[in-house]
Amino acid sequence: MGSLALKNITKSFGQVDVIKGVDLQVQDGEFVIFVGPSGCGKSTLLRIIAGLEDASGGSVEIDGSEVSSTPPSKRGIAMVFQTYALYPHLTVRDNMSLGLKQAKHPAAHIAERVDFASKMLSLEPYLDRRPAELSGGQRQRVAIGRAVVRKPKLFLFDEPLSNLDAALRVNTRLEIARLHRELGATMVYVTHDQTEAMTLADRIVVLNGGKIEQVGTPMELYNDPANLFVAGFIGSPQMNFIEASHLSRGDARTIGIRPEHISLVPSGGDISGRVSHIEHLGADTNVYLDCGAAGLICARLFGEQNFEIDSTVHAKFDDNRVFRFDDQGQAIRQTS
Amino acid sequence: MSTARHSPVRSIAAHAVLATYTIIALFPVFVIVINAFKSRKAIFRTPLELPNADTFSLVGFETVLKQGDFLLYFQNSFIVTVVSLFMVLLFGAMAAFALAEYRFKGNSLMGLYLALGIMIPIRLGTVAILQMMAASGLVNTLTSLILVYTAQGLPLAVFILSEFMRQVSDDLKNAGRIDGLSEYRIFFRLVLPLVRPAMATVAVFTMIPIWNDLWFPLILAPAEATKTITLGAQVFIGQFVTNWNAVLAALSLAILPVLILYLIFSRQLIRGITSGAVK
Ligand SMILES: Nc1ncnc2c1ncn2[C@@H]1O[C@H](COP(=O)(O)OP(=O)(O)OP(=O)(O)O)[C@@H](O)[C@H]1O
Ligand SMILES: [Mg+2]
Repeated sequence: MGSLALKNITKSFGQVDVIKGVDLQVQDGEFVIFVGPSGCGKSTLLRIIAGLEDASGGSVEIDGSEVSSTPPSKRGIAMVFQTYALYPHLTVRDNMSLGLKQAKHPAAHIAERVDFASKMLSLEPYLDRRPAELSGGQRQRVAIGRAVVRKPKLFLFDEPLSNLDAALRVNTRLEIARLHRELGATMVYVTHDQTEAMTLADRIVVLNGGKIEQVGTPMELYNDPANLFVAGFIGSPQMNFIEASHLSRGDARTIGIRPEHISLVPSGGDISGRVSHIEHLGADTNVYLDCGAAGLICARLFGEQNFEIDSTVHAKFDDNRVFRFDDQGQAIRQTS
Repeated sequence: MSTARHSPVRSIAAHAVLATYTIIALFPVFVIVINAFKSRKAIFRTPLELPNADTFSLVGFETVLKQGDFLLYFQNSFIVTVVSLFMVLLFGAMAAFALAEYRFKGNSLMGLYLALGIMIPIRLGTVAILQMMAASGLVNTLTSLILVYTAQGLPLAVFILSEFMRQVSDDLKNAGRIDGLSEYRIFFRLVLPLVRPAMATVAVFTMIPIWNDLWFPLILAPAEATKTITLGAQVFIGQFVTNWNAVLAALSLAILPVLILYLIFSRQLIRGITSGAVK
């Protein structure tokens, strides 16, 4: 009861094509996350699903029925916005119940749903306050509560955590994960935070310039990126890209290796460089090597490690973890 | 920087400048009001003195109030101002919402067209307006004044309000749409309350020229039944004799209603002017 299908969706604002043909199937109960750089059309795509924006072409199906002429309130969706978007003149209770009131649900039923949602999100103490009297985290919980109350087939989140501070972000992220488990509802979630994407998603959709680059589970994207863009976008610190001509490694244009798959050895290895900068993160140490024409390479080492700045070290790549890309930037998959 | 801003010398200087300006601005009003309470002789002999036991006289007010139509003039002015104000705010806000919220062909052209009225004074069209009013039989009706003033106030209202409405969060309006609010509910319940300070600003700037206008009442509605207060006060200014007591009393009285309306809006107005500066 909450599947979503996008079929060749396009969207232009005047001359500018923002979404250039997106096809996607989301199963019932799935948690799908859209990631991509700023301005790639994530929010636009979400607004098209919600019906807040008309697509220039293609069709949106929710639960198997085409919804292009259905207004947002009748699509069985609920949306949580980055800026909370609570009604400033209404109390928390009224904020949560407005949608059901508009849909003419009986009062007892509304009260029951508000009760359920406020218990789930521990909002009971605040029900009679106005949004201005709440902290940022509480406001976002109210916004999530407002979505839960509607019992939607499909939850849409547009960067719901990006206005919260780091600690609150982790808490609210756990809350959303719990919500998904308990409600079993389908969720589509936009973020540009990798950690959110990797930890919450059943599947991640990587968007770039209005097109889907790759769709897959977090581990598929990490272990088997389809192209340079996805390889560089997923993982932090970013994957190192080295022109293959600087290495003696066969028939590719570009070689990619993640910082965590490089070890530093006294001699030999794949490439040598000068230590140019070291970042100590406690659990890890990031070492940046200046490898001349091959560019700057980052190696992520476990634990606390020390190197002399400007000393020369040798980097050894984990052979099973080396990615190879062709002239078009597509991954060359090992034929094993 | 912050110490400089709070230094007493600077603060005294700022207050001195503001106080000087206030005195200059209020002086004519002050002179009108004090002279309204003086006898005719005292008005000419000692125009700048406060009324005292000798010179105090209410003869001006008596004349004005005895002149039976005066209440009617008041009422006319009040009706014209309030109804025009209401129409300017309502239609101005609606047009501003459409311009700010919906993407349609010719949106920015329409906005420009509506704002053009700010630069072109409506009085240039007086002859054409008079012809139109005569043709539609609206001469000597309050309706004619209301229509003209609504047209006069709309450009600035649309211009200012659309700017403010663009700042209202899209997310909020979209949340309303998802909750099933109609566009009208979104406009009246979500957007209007958030631009209330801007509405008050527009209200004050619209109201005062309407209340003070002499031109259009003189041309479009000079009949006894439709005279406004500014026009009514003219009856005391004759070609040969002017009843200064009555003129000053009438003007003093005319200040009151605008003052009251202004006080109603001013709390909002201050927030309107400083909004954006302080979030
Ligand atoms: N109303 C509009 N008119 C014209 N262009 C628009 C409009 N809304 C969005 N765009 C353009 O569409 C593109 C995609 O915008 P969108 O908001 O979907 O990006 P996003 O992926 O959500 O980015 P972010 O991560 O910064 O939120 C942007 O280049 C933006 O300039
Ligand atoms: Mg966005």
